[in-house]
Amino acid sequence: MNSLAAASGALSPAVAAVLQLLALIAALALAYRPLGDHMARVYSSDRHLRVEKWIYKAIGADPHTEMRWPAYLRGVLAFSAVSLLFLYLLQRLQGSLPGSLGFASIDPDQAFNTAASFVANTNWQSYAGEQAMGHVVQTAGLAVQNFVSAAVGIAVAVALVRGFARSRTGELGNFWADLVRGTVRVLLPISVVGALVLVACGAIQNFSGIHEVGQFLGGHQQMNGGAVASQEVIKELGTNGGGYFNANSAHPFENPDGFTNLFEIFLILVIPFALTRTFGRLTGSLKQGYAILGTMAVIWIGFTVLMWAAEFGGHGRAFELAGGALEGKETRFGIGGSSLFAVATTLTSTGAVDSFHSSYTGLGGGLTMLGMQLGEIAPGGVGSGLYGMLIMAVIAVFLAGLMVGRTPEFLGKKIGTREIKLAACYILVTPALVLCFTAASLVLPTPPHSMLNSGAHGFSEILYAYTSGANNNGSAFAGLSADTPWFNTTIGLAMLLGRFVPMVFVLALAGSLAEQQPVPKTAGTLRTEKPLFSGLLVGTILIVAGLTYFPALALGPLAEGLAS
Amino acid sequence: MTTGTKRPTGTPPSSGAQAPTPSEKHEDDAMSTVTQDRAPHQDAPAPAHPEGGRVGGGLFDPKQLLRSLPDAFRKLDPRVMIKSPVMFVVLVGSVLTTVLALLHPGAWFGWAITAWLWLTTLFANLAEAVAEGRGKAQADTLRKAKTDTVARRLTGTTEESVPGTDLRIGDLVVCEAGDVIPGDGDVVEGVASVDESAITGESAPVIRESGGDRSAVTGGTKVLSDRIVIKITTKPGETFIDRMINLVEGAARQKTPNEIALNILLASLTIVFLLAVVTLQPFAVYAGAEQSMIVLTALLVCLIPTTIGALLSAIGIAGMDRLVQRNVLAMSGRAVEAAGDVSTLLLDKTGTITYGNRRAAEFVPVPGVTETALADAAQLSSLADETPEGRSVIDLAEEKYGLAARQQNQLTGAEWIEFTAQTRMSGVDLPADGAAGPARKVRKGATASVAAWVAERGGTVAADVDRIATAIAEAGGTPLPVAVDDAEGARVLGVIHLKDVVKDGMRERFDELRRMGIKTIMITGDNPLTAKAIAAEAGVDDFLAEATPEDKMALIKREQAGGKLVAMTGDGTNDAPALAQADVGVAMNTGTSAAKEAGNMVDLDSDPTKLIEIVEIGKQLLITRGALTTFSIANDVAKYFAIIPAMFAVVYPGLNKLNIMGLTSPQSAILSAVIFNALVIVALVPLALKGVRYRPMSADRMLRRNLALYGLGGLITPFVGIKLIDLLLTLIPGIG
Repeated sequence: MNSLAAASGALSPAVAAVLQLLALIAALALAYRPLGDHMARVYSSDRHLRVEKWIYKAIGADPHTEMRWPAYLRGVLAFSAVSLLFLYLLQRLQGSLPGSLGFASIDPDQAFNTAASFVANTNWQSYAGEQAMGHVVQTAGLAVQNFVSAAVGIAVAVALVRGFARSRTGELGNFWADLVRGTVRVLLPISVVGALVLVACGAIQNFSGIHEVGQFLGGHQQMNGGAVASQEVIKELGTNGGGYFNANSAHPFENPDGFTNLFEIFLILVIPFALTRTFGRLTGSLKQGYAILGTMAVIWIGFTVLMWAAEFGGHGRAFELAGGALEGKETRFGIGGSSLFAVATTLTSTGAVDSFHSSYTGLGGGLTMLGMQLGEIAPGGVGSGLYGMLIMAVIAVFLAGLMVGRTPEFLGKKIGTREIKLAACYILVTPALVLCFTAASLVLPTPPHSMLNSGAHGFSEILYAYTSGANNNGSAFAGLSADTPWFNTTIGLAMLLGRFVPMVFVLALAGSLAEQQPVPKTAGTLRTEKPLFSGLLVGTILIVAGLTYFPALALGPLAEGLAS
Repeated sequence: MTTGTKRPTGTPPSSGAQAPTPSEKHEDDAMSTVTQDRAPHQDAPAPAHPEGGRVGGGLFDPKQLLRSLPDAFRKLDPRVMIKSPVMFVVLVGSVLTTVLALLHPGAWFGWAITAWLWLTTLFANLAEAVAEGRGKAQADTLRKAKTDTVARRLTGTTEESVPGTDLRIGDLVVCEAGDVIPGDGDVVEGVASVDESAITGESAPVIRESGGDRSAVTGGTKVLSDRIVIKITTKPGETFIDRMINLVEGAARQKTPNEIALNILLASLTIVFLLAVVTLQPFAVYAGAEQSMIVLTALLVCLIPTTIGALLSAIGIAGMDRLVQRNVLAMSGRAVEAAGDVSTLLLDKTGTITYGNRRAAEFVPVPGVTETALADAAQLSSLADETPEGRSVIDLAEEKYGLAARQQNQLTGAEWIEFTAQTRMSGVDLPADGAAGPARKVRKGATASVAAWVAERGGTVAADVDRIATAIAEAGGTPLPVAVDDAEGARVLGVIHLKDVVKDGMRERFDELRRMGIKTIMITGDNPLTAKAIAAEAGVDDFLAEATPEDKMALIKREQAGGKLVAMTGDGTNDAPALAQADVGVAMNTGTSAAKEAGNMVDLDSDPTKLIEIVEIGKQLLITRGALTTFSIANDVAKYFAIIPAMFAVVYPGLNKLNIMGLTSPQSAILSAVIFNALVIVALVPLALKGVRYRPMSADRMLRRNLALYGLGGLITPFVGIKLIDLLLTLIPGIG
């Protein structure tokens, strides 16, 4: 894009940004049907690949056993607990493992934080990858979790979809089968192709050691080799976000140029969006899938446009000279590409960054936070985005559905006391974690020392950290020195609770829905597949999820952004 | 109200009052369906739109607010308040600000906020009290009927006087003219006319007799004539009238499932906002703008969904009350909610869809006979027929053929043959020198009876008669052949076409129901041909012909198996299982106690058409609840824009840009938001009680309309309201 801009000369950064967005939408649209239908087949097929049979035999799981929601939940929790323990031990033992580039074992609090972070699909990093993690931990630990934590997310979403699709049964499928299939048939094949594309574009893929290189203006710098491209692709595709390097996707080895930047944004968004098609297929209502897709797309495009407005339109001399808020952004991505990435990464649970959110304008930084605070549902993390959105749809149906003169129902399932209780609990979890931990960090004597800035921006650093952790985003505002026992532990807890407690409610809801007998659709039924409902859903998300954070946002990004 | 057998004749069907259908009189295949009678003063069934097709609201009188004030204060009891979690939080907030205001008695702001928070709580209680108050008057009337009665209990053959409260189930009591019936029961002996005005408000007496579907009597009603023996079927304190009192007073009111679910969501939103406000203080301290507890409490009360929290129970009570105003008693709120969800209505043909009495529509002569001749014979044969069908024949002859109705005494020497269930024929035998010409015998009646009569006299029934009769039956009518036996021998002159007349406006009504997604199924004892014709004429979606109680039950179960909710009416004992099975079972008050026990609603007017209104009231209740919830939550946006800049613009002047309403000062902004929050409750009380205006339309249009009104309205109104209040406040010296 940059070369294009240079060649034409007349192409302004804003126009380039719009063209990037259009190219992205076109690519996502092309992938939508085949990928969505493929996933629908994957999660409803009776056949097993040979490699899958080996895995089932190895873990001793029978993929044919139908599970009710408690069993499914036990599978999710047991698998995640084992993963957590394994990843923790791997880091703790790094010092004695070969292939660790001579890095020492990780401290207990940081090892816990990192293990929680990767198992919870958050990938918050309180370490700098190239200075702490060797090849073994990166590939056998972190990269593996990038795959399976994403597969867990999709599995839970599929279980909820089955809850809507099935009736008069409590059975939600088999967790082990869903986990293995998601990894083997969805994430791995796309990752292989994606990694090749990235390598072709210049991302590195090797097991080379640390290189000492001379800097242009004198001095020396360390450069690590590593299996970067393979990690990079699943980092985006599985909405994980944990960079191989501290600079994350701003690092040229991870994200070499404008095209890879756009390609990585595509990878971030492709599964979450396509899952709405899968949802439509599995529930037998493609239109309902499109309505959910429409809701997600409206919020995503809306945020992107607002972000551009904030970043291109900053006031002040520096902004005017640079053509916008270019500080903290890579010139090879520009304001347009960086904003596009920032919105995509915070509206999903990715958290990869190609620019520093802390350096965004006050309002732009606020948008990255609000994106996460909405619950990361537009389109959200792999799986988590869909189930989060469906929970909001349940709330919207309940609030406004009464206005058609019937007790609320969604996809033929009644939203009664039990269903609303579970949905209400779901929406309570993350605000409680974010607000309470942020407040505690401000009240306690030492945590505020970690802030780089004072005033509203310093507050934003902490608010952002917990927002990112509890919502399983993993991006950092930068500035906060988060490698302290307090932040490692509390953000670790926020990530685990923010990931798995909502899953409990989602699966319980799925079980409750699956037991119901569907109510036939009549002319008196609320049409949840119409644009009107999508609009209502957007409103509900903004008011119910967004307004909770309004006072906090007012004291951080709004105070900063409206000051000028 | 009269029972069928005793009702005075001559009431034209257009008045809406229908006589019983003596179906068995004329037609072989007609099973007795509903023998529905209505209050004579009621003329509701014919117009499909009693109030223009919408469910209107009850009256709302602002004076009620004043009258209910003492009750509102009484409800401040925390043990009562805890039932509404949202309002309980407001109560705690009010107490908290009161304490804080007392600690700093010099600060006007604290007192002002405190006062308005108390008012918020009080307004919520007032809404509930007003809603309950409307039922109180009705309960008082009922209590008067429930004066302590003395029962004449029969033990063996001896009679003893015991207080009504001592009666047990199974006791036999005697009631004679002037006695108040001491408890609910069934007549086991005798027949009497009973004044049931105490519960139905209907002054015309009704007949109660042992056996059959007219045996149920209600405690508190008065025997006007004759003597009956009643077997008591209910314990004292649990009688119909007791339950009515509890219902209309709201004492027995339990939260309905949807109300419970909504309360859960409101509670969770309250918790979220509580968290947001509690954690705000550390943020504020960090920002250097520590907030007073009073301001934080004000913010909290503004954010939590107080509007719907305050009005929720009033909406529920008012919904039940709207039913009571239509003389329908819902035994549970659950049934009212279910009424909104109903997707299949089972409607009895007779009395609901048709007037119930078949009327002569046409005279179809056999070839060779003129219509006038047939009309003349038909008229003659019907003079002695006092059934509505018979009278309709005379009417038709007069209207269409100009044959003035002859009086029986005009024809001397005539021998009148009255219609009886045994002969199934009526007619006259005229002597030769009569004024009407030569001697002849005229008969009309059931096809088989007339054919037998003709054959008996050596005549033959022409094949044309069969053809005509079949054609009439296929068109949904009932054929009544008219035969004559004179000099030319016995023969059939032609056939009277009796038609079940579909009430005006029913088709439109069913179209409306269809647009609302409700399927109507007509239940009838008629044969499938007749049923099909009437179904087509009335525009119902489906019909169940030759329906037995078992068929009805099977139909309900089949619909329910498909996930549909079914509503039906019924009155007979054999309806009881189906009434119990249906999601909304409306028993007619004239029905048996078994039917009343099985249904979850009782219609005191015994008007089966009311089922449609009940569904509309159920929908209206749900819509009102949804509309006010949406309104309440949408309100929050404006309140944030009022309060947040007021709290923090001191330290972050940029936040003043959020003060888009241009409110005068931080204090006036916060106070305005609190005042608006309180006043909006009072402003919405009439809406909560009357219910949102409802007209049948598709879900899509309804959502669009209500979202625009209550969603967008909820966003915009508080911006305007808060600004206006702020302007008024600035007029007060010391604030502006």
